[in-house]
Amino acid sequence: MTIETKTYSIDLHHVTRVEGHGNIRINTRDGVVEEVKLCIVEANRFFESFTRGMLPEEIPWVVGRICGICCVGHQLSATRAVEDAQGIVVSPQTVLLRKMLNESQFLQSHVLHVYFLAVPDFVGAPSVLPLIKTHPEVVKRALRLKKLANDYTAVMGGRTLHPMSNTLKGWRKLPSPDAIAQIRDRLLAAVPDLKETVSIIKTLKMPPYERETEFVSLKHPDEYALYEGEVFSSDSKTGVAVRDYRQVTNEFTVPHSTSKWSRWHREAYAVGALARINNNFDQLRPQAQEIAADLGLRVPCFNPYMNNVAQVVEIIHCAYNSLAMMETVLNNGLQEEDIRHTPVPGRGFGAVEVPRGILFHEYAFDASGRCCDANAIIPTSQNVNNIEQDMKAFVPQMLSRMSKEELTLHMEMLLRAYDPCISCSVHMLDVTFVE
Amino acid sequence: MKPKVAFFDFASCEGCQLAVLNCEDVFLNILELVDIVEFREAMSETAPRFDVAFIEGSIHREQDVQRLQDIRARSTVLVAMGACACMGNVQARSNFIAPAQNFQWVYGEAERNSLQTDPEFWPLWAHTRVRAVKEIVAVDFELRGCPMVPEEFVHLVKSLVIGSTPHFPANAVCVECKMDENECVFDHGETCMGPITYGGCKAVCVTGGYRCDGCRGLLPHAHREAHRWLLKEKGLSDAHIDNRYRLFCSTQFQGREKP
Repeated sequence: MTIETKTYSIDLHHVTRVEGHGNIRINTRDGVVEEVKLCIVEANRFFESFTRGMLPEEIPWVVGRICGICCVGHQLSATRAVEDAQGIVVSPQTVLLRKMLNESQFLQSHVLHVYFLAVPDFVGAPSVLPLIKTHPEVVKRALRLKKLANDYTAVMGGRTLHPMSNTLKGWRKLPSPDAIAQIRDRLLAAVPDLKETVSIIKTLKMPPYERETEFVSLKHPDEYALYEGEVFSSDSKTGVAVRDYRQVTNEFTVPHSTSKWSRWHREAYAVGALARINNNFDQLRPQAQEIAADLGLRVPCFNPYMNNVAQVVEIIHCAYNSLAMMETVLNNGLQEEDIRHTPVPGRGFGAVEVPRGILFHEYAFDASGRCCDANAIIPTSQNVNNIEQDMKAFVPQMLSRMSKEELTLHMEMLLRAYDPCISCSVHMLDVTFVE
Repeated sequence: MKPKVAFFDFASCEGCQLAVLNCEDVFLNILELVDIVEFREAMSETAPRFDVAFIEGSIHREQDVQRLQDIRARSTVLVAMGACACMGNVQARSNFIAPAQNFQWVYGEAERNSLQTDPEFWPLWAHTRVRAVKEIVAVDFELRGCPMVPEEFVHLVKSLVIGSTPHFPANAVCVECKMDENECVFDHGETCMGPITYGGCKAVCVTGGYRCDGCRGLLPHAHREAHRWLLKEKGLSDAHIDNRYRLFCSTQFQGREKP
């Protein structure tokens, strides 16, 4: 069979090393791509339905359960939305603590993704487990960095998964300055591990596929926006207020995906580390900008596989930014705040950046102060449309130069590069080649 | 030969699988004792049979029921891992709302009507109700909590490897809360599920400044009537109490206690 007459039918069910359940279906006949579908098959959990009747304080605590890997992000975005609805303005101390809590999760999530979920593809291993024998130092370093990031979250939030210390108006129990000082010392001592992380990514060759697309992220005048800002588009070069997020996401539903899809100025847009770096490169910490240059990440970058590199650049940014925030906390000390609150009616909006991209939450409360309407738009549900567009663009290019197995691997790698969190977005991947 | 261990996820946040990866200090030691043969969140391989299958998540659709039954048939020991698998967790609150209403609130009415009748993809949308794993297949052990407690996971694995039965004492959360020397949540004017909730979490949420919401489920023989009376004495209405009970363990509070 010559390349031109390739007829593939790939049906890849329950793609591995992604969070959640997805399938890829690719149909080619005689070298022509007939169908590319990214099917999200995760079961519905109906968070936007069953949050009705809950009290304001309970919402961030419960909706953190949308996702284990980004539980902090969901909690923070929901906290901001509920506070907006309840007319609560928090202190600079609380904002600072939340930024630290958020960046601890960036460190944890990006380290997990880069080492456990992405690196095995590039070294030809089916998982991180064989690397324990072949690359023991790499695995041990990954575990050290992950543990440090997890301990950072636990110090800030009370525990690693579904932390309970942050709530409306501030902290139920403030973190201990001694514990923060210990994390600072460990983070300083981890600089060699971070450098090695950069070195390993440098050795990985990213597939050279590009597709120009729209990048959407938060943007803030004073800092690399992870916790607050306007919703910025690389197409329009302007921002809209978080409360107008429905203008951005324009959600729609397709039958082959239990996750809803999004589009803004064109057929699809991308969110996540690469989108943030493309939109806000100049605000990265200088150390992170240097690493980006060292790793060949120049903006604008339209290669989705480079999201793996963008995550490493953000690991460096969050590490140095966290060190600075820890110094501020240790210099200023922490004051107890009154967090008592009586629920009132109202509607509010929140957005934060989480490792996989911008995350929107919206809640309304009725006259009794109980939730009567809820909406959450998750990064992966914004990315799935863009991923399918990438697949439609890349499969015809790849078809002429790859075997079915290579093509399947490249599709899986593409999906994993976006670090999809599919359990969130239903609220990913089997490749099926249909022959 | 090392026991073959597998992890499977259904409807969940997948945080309990993450909690396994978060056992960084002992992760490499565990791998010396068992062979992980399937773990979709972390690896690509699959296997035909398992000595121990860990199930994360609740069961919502016919296709999930069939997948779970297939896993049970291929496993010697089956463990429900985390609150979603053990009792449906927070998403079981949706059982108190008609499925068609759930779909309408999340996707809109027109979309709901077209999706659930799509000729090719309707099984994806065939949600019936949120069920715990033990409502479908026999469960040998439960790792309670949202998220599960890593120490309990390690204790279970060690016990199974040496052929003993893992033991999870049926204490109220209050027992561990006292050992942590926390001030009682009731004493500063709040209310708490600790007195009727299965312990083992070291009362981590009270220690972290909050209250217990019962994510580990009810103690066997929990005195629910007395607990409701206690909450009413603190000024909570029956509707408020129902809402609280249904935050994390709604499958265990289907009706009201007898007065």
